[in-house]
Amino acid sequence: MGKRVAIVGVGMSKFGELWDMNLRDITLEAGVSAIFDSQVKGSQIDAVTIGNMSAGRFTGQEHLGAQAVDMGGLGNIPAYSVEAACASGGAAVRHAYMAIMSGEHEVMMVLGCEKMSDVNQSEAMDTMSVASDWEWEGLFGATFPALYAFMARRHMLEHGTTLEHLSMVAVKNHANAAHNEFAQFRRPVPLEVVMKSGLLADPLRVLHSSPVTDGAAGLIMCTEERAKEFTDTPVYIESSEQAGDTLALHDRKDICTMEAVKKSSASSLKEAGLKIDDIDVFELHDSFTIGEIILTEDIGIAKKGEGGKILEEGLTEKDGKYPVNTSGGLKARGHPIGATGVAQIVELVLQLRGDADKRQVDGAEKGMAVNIGGTGATSIVHILGR
Amino acid sequence: MAEHGVAQIWRKIKSIYNIQGNHCKTCDTYYFPPRPVCPECRRKGVLEDYRFKGLGKIHTFAVVRQAPDTFKRQVPYVVAQIELDEGARLTGQIVNCDPEEVEIGMRVRACFRKITEFGDKGIIVYGYKFEPVLKVTGHPYP
Amino acid sequence: MVGIVGYGVYIPRYRIKTEEIARVWGEDGVRLAKGLGVFEKSVPGPDEDVATISVEAARNAVKHGNIDPLDIGAVYVGSESHPYAVKPTGTIVAEAIECSTDITCADYEFACKAGTAAMQTCMGLVKSDMIKVGLAIGSDTAQGRPGDALEYSAAAGGVAFLIGKENPVATIEATASFTTDTPDFWRREGEDYPSHGARFTGEPAYFRHVGEGAKLLLRNTKTSVDDYDYFVFHMPNGKFPLAMGMQLGVPGEKLEDSLVVRQIGNTYSGSAMMGLARILDIADPGSRIFMVSYGSGAGSDAFSIVVEEEVLKRRGEVPTVDDYIARKTNIEYSIYAKFRRKIKAM
Repeated sequence: MGKRVAIVGVGMSKFGELWDMNLRDITLEAGVSAIFDSQVKGSQIDAVTIGNMSAGRFTGQEHLGAQAVDMGGLGNIPAYSVEAACASGGAAVRHAYMAIMSGEHEVMMVLGCEKMSDVNQSEAMDTMSVASDWEWEGLFGATFPALYAFMARRHMLEHGTTLEHLSMVAVKNHANAAHNEFAQFRRPVPLEVVMKSGLLADPLRVLHSSPVTDGAAGLIMCTEERAKEFTDTPVYIESSEQAGDTLALHDRKDICTMEAVKKSSASSLKEAGLKIDDIDVFELHDSFTIGEIILTEDIGIAKKGEGGKILEEGLTEKDGKYPVNTSGGLKARGHPIGATGVAQIVELVLQLRGDADKRQVDGAEKGMAVNIGGTGATSIVHILGR
Repeated sequence: MAEHGVAQIWRKIKSIYNIQGNHCKTCDTYYFPPRPVCPECRRKGVLEDYRFKGLGKIHTFAVVRQAPDTFKRQVPYVVAQIELDEGARLTGQIVNCDPEEVEIGMRVRACFRKITEFGDKGIIVYGYKFEPVLKVTGHPYP
Repeated sequence: MVGIVGYGVYIPRYRIKTEEIARVWGEDGVRLAKGLGVFEKSVPGPDEDVATISVEAARNAVKHGNIDPLDIGAVYVGSESHPYAVKPTGTIVAEAIECSTDITCADYEFACKAGTAAMQTCMGLVKSDMIKVGLAIGSDTAQGRPGDALEYSAAAGGVAFLIGKENPVATIEATASFTTDTPDFWRREGEDYPSHGARFTGEPAYFRHVGEGAKLLLRNTKTSVDDYDYFVFHMPNGKFPLAMGMQLGVPGEKLEDSLVVRQIGNTYSGSAMMGLARILDIADPGSRIFMVSYGSGAGSDAFSIVVEEEVLKRRGEVPTVDDYIARKTNIEYSIYAKFRRKIKAM
């Protein structure tokens, strides 16, 4: 095995409506817990990368890298801010990965954060729309849920996916989140409750959507050589891949397929020298439940159009052949936009270290995280191994 | 500095009033919104302005039940991807019919509506929405 | 001779019944509808205003007349409900129908006769060869104060006439106007709803001006009521034009076909013009039409119009007035209040 990047510490803030904390508080909490999870000292961190989508609109604050370093008392080290809509967190991980691989930095802190509850619902919806093609979709009334509803309706027509399938994803992920102390929703929801929840953008219902969440997640990443300085149980990034697609959903030939996911997941497997069946645990971007269905197809654990069928077969349950979103996913763990991609990695690290408690997938050795920006214009895939 | 959105909207009025996109002569592909570069041909592409006829069919749609304040008065409203007869697809609202009547494949034509307003004091943005093709009788008496 | 070389209309899809409005205010809707001669009125959708209605009507007119928009030299939009207090509606229309930039353009306001004033202006420009074709629009999304008598009739719709010389579908033989300073209906700057002089809007206002305008045109053209096949009078309700016809000795059947007010209410600047459009939809070539618009404040524009053979070739191109009247969805007062921004706390 050649040069690799190790993850030696992980941490999260609580995910949810954190009324008593502002953006810097939750970011600091995630960063500090990542530091304490490893043996790293603050003075050993070379640089910080922070993923965030829209702090400027959600809280009025930008320049988050500098803020994080300042609040963490990390001195005069460089700090980078990375944005790729809902894939901002994954982009921050990948940015640090590239910085370490290049030799520029050796020990880095990666943060992802979003504080969404300080604006009203209308402002939050407007802000989320900027992840799509604002000028040609959002301005014309296509809310973010509406764009995923576009995919869902088409998927239902072309592949026979049903309301029940859309709802099963939520049931599964809520059941998993019940065992995740950081999750926003720690209660199971019955299928009929999801199926009868209020309409958001037909055919999507409220419980087919991830919530508005405050939260942050953090990692300590370093070179393979130095990993043992900080932990006995490093987890390695086997591959980090990214692909893109058209910004606007209407410019894609097939809106039931995310080409960027197909490309980035295939190349990440190739880079890691693995097959899909070698992966033991998955974190897939389920901002809307149709997203998880499409992703299971595009990464190859289901044939195209059979994302609903594998749910019926239980393949993606915690104890199934391909456990997906043991953390509860965006749906139930919560989706603080910029934090999500980092939180996915946190979950995989816990799984590979055997620290995932009641949601532990027995003997998990390899994990894959797929983090999506917008409606699939960015896809960032990480494969981790222990 | 310009007042909110003024220049941003003004510079694309031709596109949003009349669905003006462009056409690559090299690969014979129609684009809307107009693209600065043909993504297929890039430097070999030859782009010319093209005004779409405004006729097409619904590719997919959603009935929006929760919307930002600017759209609240219209809820529930239908927003769709419309596949224009020339091949390009775009996103717009479907008006002049009830949400229950809308279906994939339905023929629609462009109409002219208020898209949004930048507050009570700001500019009003006008542009395309789509409606079912209206029956034309021509003569009410035999 | 100068004439109408193409025309188009637009009426929004929504309707509210007189009875439904009356129900809210505890009035006897059946009696009221019969008395007013207005059974339902058109209501614009929440995303419709004078600009959108004008554009739809203008696009229909351009298609109907098979006119090259580049031949249009003037665009005038008459309305008492322009979406902007300052900023022309006409430029929006001109851009949306792809006129050239070398045009003259302005918005008109003269209560319900701003559209016919635009027609007269275009006639002058065409006759003097300053322009080839002029676009005159009368369009409104009229507001009636909740609970006021006007709420039963204040409606939305627009009519666009292309005025030119080549192959007209109808020629305009003559026009005459009658104008005085009579404050029967007004809206002050910044006010949401107009005010009116109640019964004062009748005798000294509507009847005097429409009557005098009509007589002036008859005098000028040395014609009498018998020389015309159709009459169109401004329709603030279904009662006034009939009473006007009685005063002038117009047989009821010559007025009947223009009374769109019964199904769509008073479309203000588009009221008399909508009646004229409906006659043009159905009249045989050679028919002679007598139209008088009325604008509060006050004045009237009278026109003598002859239907040409050309009209037969154009029918079927664009939706007729009746097509739009037939396309309707009735709504309740609550939805009407939401659409028309009568719910202020929102």
